[in-house]
Amino acid sequence: MLKRIRQVVAVVSIVLVTLLFVDFTGTALGLFGWMAKIQFLPAVLALNVGVVVALVVLTLIFGRLYCSVICPLGIMQDGFGFLGKKSRKNRYSYSAPKNVLRYTVLVIFVATLVAGVSLIPALLAPYSAYGRIAQSFLAPAWGWANNLLARWAEAHDSFAFYRTDLWMRGALTFGVAAATLVILAVLAWRNGRTYCNTICPVGTVLGFLSRFSLLRPVIDTSKCNSCGLCARNCKGACIDSREHRIDYSRCVACFDCIGKCHKGAISYGLRRAKAEASAAPGPQAAADSGRRMFMGVAATFAAAATLRAEEKTVDGGLAAIEDKKVPARKRRIVPAGAQGHRHLAQHCTACQLCVAVCPNGVLRPSTGADSLMQPVASYERGYCRPECTRCSEVCPTGAIRPVTVEEKSSIQTGHAVWVKDNCIVLTDGVACGNCARHCPAGAITMVAYGPEGNEDGPKVPAVNTERCIGCGACENLCPARPFSAIYVEGHENHRII
Amino acid sequence: MSMKKNIDRREFLKRLGIGAGVAGLALSGCKGASDTIDKRTKGGEGEIPTDSMTYRKNPRTGEDVSILGYGCMRWPMTTNESGEEVIDQEMVNRLVDTALAHGVNYFDTSPAYCRGLSERATGIALARHPRNSYFIATKLSNFAPQTWSREASVEMYRNSFKELQTDHIDYLLLHAIGVGNGMADFEARYIDNGLLDFLVAEREAGRIHNLGFSYHGDIDVFDRALAEHDKYKWDFVQIQLNYLDWGHAHVLNPGNTDSEYLYRELEKRGIPAVIMEPLLGGRLANVPDHIAGRLKQREPEKSVASWAFRYAGSMPGVLTVLSGMTYMEHLEDNLRTYCPLVPLTEEETEFLHETAGLMAQYPTISCNYCNYCMPCPYGIDIPAILTHYNKCVNHGYVAEGSQSENYAEARRAFLIGYDRSVPKLRQASHCTGCGQCSPHCPQSIDIPGELQRIDRYVEGLKRNA
Repeated sequence: MLKRIRQVVAVVSIVLVTLLFVDFTGTALGLFGWMAKIQFLPAVLALNVGVVVALVVLTLIFGRLYCSVICPLGIMQDGFGFLGKKSRKNRYSYSAPKNVLRYTVLVIFVATLVAGVSLIPALLAPYSAYGRIAQSFLAPAWGWANNLLARWAEAHDSFAFYRTDLWMRGALTFGVAAATLVILAVLAWRNGRTYCNTICPVGTVLGFLSRFSLLRPVIDTSKCNSCGLCARNCKGACIDSREHRIDYSRCVACFDCIGKCHKGAISYGLRRAKAEASAAPGPQAAADSGRRMFMGVAATFAAAATLRAEEKTVDGGLAAIEDKKVPARKRRIVPAGAQGHRHLAQHCTACQLCVAVCPNGVLRPSTGADSLMQPVASYERGYCRPECTRCSEVCPTGAIRPVTVEEKSSIQTGHAVWVKDNCIVLTDGVACGNCARHCPAGAITMVAYGPEGNEDGPKVPAVNTERCIGCGACENLCPARPFSAIYVEGHENHRII
Repeated sequence: MSMKKNIDRREFLKRLGIGAGVAGLALSGCKGASDTIDKRTKGGEGEIPTDSMTYRKNPRTGEDVSILGYGCMRWPMTTNESGEEVIDQEMVNRLVDTALAHGVNYFDTSPAYCRGLSERATGIALARHPRNSYFIATKLSNFAPQTWSREASVEMYRNSFKELQTDHIDYLLLHAIGVGNGMADFEARYIDNGLLDFLVAEREAGRIHNLGFSYHGDIDVFDRALAEHDKYKWDFVQIQLNYLDWGHAHVLNPGNTDSEYLYRELEKRGIPAVIMEPLLGGRLANVPDHIAGRLKQREPEKSVASWAFRYAGSMPGVLTVLSGMTYMEHLEDNLRTYCPLVPLTEEETEFLHETAGLMAQYPTISCNYCNYCMPCPYGIDIPAILTHYNKCVNHGYVAEGSQSENYAEARRAFLIGYDRSVPKLRQASHCTGCGQCSPHCPQSIDIPGELQRIDRYVEGLKRNA
């Protein structure tokens, strides 16, 4: 019974968290956005005292229930473990705890977190690891399925579904996600919760607490015949059936043992006996760059006729459009609400939720050494639209603080720079002004180019950097390709203008 | 007369049909019964007679021209093995065969149509039939300044013979005089280089049977060309005529001239008119819902488009009415209208003029999707954007303001439909306003102005969720 409840809650919970990553329409965010915010590490980083206290209390009462029904990475591993058990029954066994490893990892984790070396915490944190997997694999799958539906809807003149762009946000992050997935899948298939009881810093902290939990599975030695069935079905490898002992620091409160015992010797109840801790081995590794697997279906410009327009005839089909390239920015652009590079680096665990929900194709994981996998903005596919604050709404760690639409309109995340050599007003000798027309801050005016008195001559954009907020509308909509004639240079610290 | 008889028979059978239903198969075996059954199972979509096409006489040559002319600007396209967009020749052949079989004998093409592929495809399809069973019309489409020299223009003219596999052109037109820089372009294209004189000589030599021009845009050029009728002896003139433009062309765009004026000027001089844009690129077929209802109420079994074709065909000074029929369904529907033509009554004409008044109130953009503005050097898909906008206007998906009743639905339909119809990079937000497109528009649309207006509307929709 307890097991069944655990399973149902776990499935619902992982589905809701996953929806956050895959639902590009933003509907899930409004409904289940809190699912990301009750994750342990994000709550700690966001200084979300209420959630942290609640999770601590939960663990002190029920044991590591968090690990079995809230943590999406844990639930995912149970999924692989379930498949593993299908292929061979009673496959687990008791192992001694690897406490030295566990606490060493925890110490390194905390130390790097405090020191602001964000990469190691990002790699180890369970929710973030799951987020990268969901964003890298499930979101494209969901998007692809959606696009099938959209095609169907289009054929039936329905507006129920619409197409979404599928594109690779970052090869490195994709590779890390793939490696994490493979390693965890193998470990979970063979040995259950190895990762959670050896590496996971959240597991270690909660394991420490759960040793003192009020409720726990206990073995009634008077009924136990030491058959060992419980131990062979314990994904935490924490039941020493010969000694009738359970290592509560590793028990993830899955309740599998209770149902397995033919003698009814195990029950979930108030603490009676004492137990000790132990653990098993299991590496967790980062991996290097993965191969591009998902072709950006994206803005597919129908086998465009390669006619360039120099000969302006009539009825000439479509001119080819070159893809935009990322300009060499001196400083990266981070989203409004992130306050600046340092705040983002100290709080972000690289879960990719903001990247997954960005509806404008702006955010992607950074490849910079000091900000690896953390969100960074670029404007080749779209720009940071004035009505959107989704990344700030979803961020569970407070790395991107919530901002309103109004606040965002006055947060300067960077400033636009005009690149004379690319501007079509000068290269093609035509009128333009598309940047000025689309600047939501009114920071661009078209001014006469050349010596004074040349008022009738070509007009080029002049950027008032004091009013510019760095949204990238100008860069994205600039007709110059592949490099725009106006681009945004990021600011290390955001300011209010 | 055959037309009259036909109607009577149809009317007679219709009445008879009511009885026939009761009388069961009493009439089986005779032709009338199969007609009736056709009518009962297919409504207005029965078999099309092959011998009932209405013809008009060319007053000078005396030749009979079918009232339905085939416009070859909108041939069906397909993608070949190497992914290029090409004309679907197999389909073109079938369309041409069907048209000829039903009496269509006028085919109008141009070196510029279908990105320059139309003449060859038309030639291939027509060459499979006897040369005396059809008339070929083509144009001197020297729009690009590099083709303004006499040599380049003559080469374009000679090339048409090759593409169309013929030794004479039945109807040759100066293409769209009045567009671009109006008079200046007209002179540069046809007068200064002596090309018009050359064409007149070609007519005398018999390689051109009829010489004329098509007109859009600057009315001064039209007036001048007609003023010089005595000199050039225009055999025909191609004008835009339909029930909306008859009296509303200048209302919708002050730069344009009402069809009534153009038609009357030709009528005065006894010059036969070839009609283009009788359907405004389909805009008179795809009309706002309540206009469609109004037309259907009058003729429930006839298509909305049929009104426009009857309107153009009913003018006595019209030689032929061109229709760019992409699909077999278009062709069949038009054949139904013209085999034979039932001219509009005065009352029906009045009804259409009233309808035009109602339609003029809709803020649609008068784009007929001719693609003359393309390619946009910056990759904008101008006709697709304007098409989407017009479609939304007609369907009521252009909301007045965020307070209006159907705002949420209209917003969703407009934005999703926009992304479906036009790839993001080809949308109006990328219009630079360089204005290279506008001079090419036969309808004198201020294209950048309209695109930027649509873009502002889209921006408003996006911001006002």
